[in-house]
Amino acid sequence: MTSLLKIFDVAASAMTAQSQRLNVVASNLANADSATGPDGSAYKARQVVFSTQNMGGPENSGVRVSGVIEDPAPMKRLFEPNHPMADSDGYVTMPNVNVVEEMVNMISASRAYQNNVEIMNTAKTLLAKTLTIGQ
Amino acid sequence: MNKLDELLHFNHQALNLRAQRQQVLASNIANADTPGYKARDFDFKAALEAATAQPAPATERSKALAQPELLYRSTLQPSLDANSVDMDVERAQFAENIVHYEANITVLTHRIRMMLSAIQG
Repeated sequence: MTSLLKIFDVAASAMTAQSQRLNVVASNLANADSATGPDGSAYKARQVVFSTQNMGGPENSGVRVSGVIEDPAPMKRLFEPNHPMADSDGYVTMPNVNVVEEMVNMISASRAYQNNVEIMNTAKTLLAKTLTIGQ
Repeated sequence: MNKLDELLHFNHQALNLRAQRQQVLASNIANADTPGYKARDFDFKAALEAATAQPAPATERSKALAQPELLYRSTLQPSLDANSVDMDVERAQFAENIVHYEANITVLTHRIRMMLSAIQG
């Protein structure tokens, strides 16, 4: 079925996915210095994985978050012998959050979100215009 | 095909294809960050020619709206994650498509007004 209304679904799915990405960035940045978590070990950075979601035909491809993975990057090791979490060699394991990468991710997610908002607004305008045919 | 149908048939098909293209472009923009996604589009000229070349009987036409063949966009700057969405191209095409869609609506409205004035005198 073809309808401009489907654009709302597609754009909404992209906005949901991007806001989830933004959420992950927020928790990564917030925990950039969390030396210990509920399981006793340092926080591991999370990344979202996007995949295409079929919303009826190839012309309606939405986005969904197919999973949230733990960043495989190696953990940071800081030499801080006075830290309560330091091991016998005096090293503390710190989260593998790359702050610069997360900032880039944040800007990219925010821009993509804005793009989709604009797509939605455009679809709304076009639908309103379509309703005025013949008037 | 009656005269009124014939008058609006072309614009009907064109508007339908424009709406469909808008959907395709919206999907491309939505998937700008999806790894492995390939940007799609279709040849509007060829699709419109195919849609208006052989007018189907009026009874069948209402459900037999044109289904254009979707192609893959070739990229100038391929990315490492195999995503082929170029945001600049997509935004430009999106804007262009909007203008054409609105122009189509204007033409359609004028055709209807023309018919009305012919009927009412």
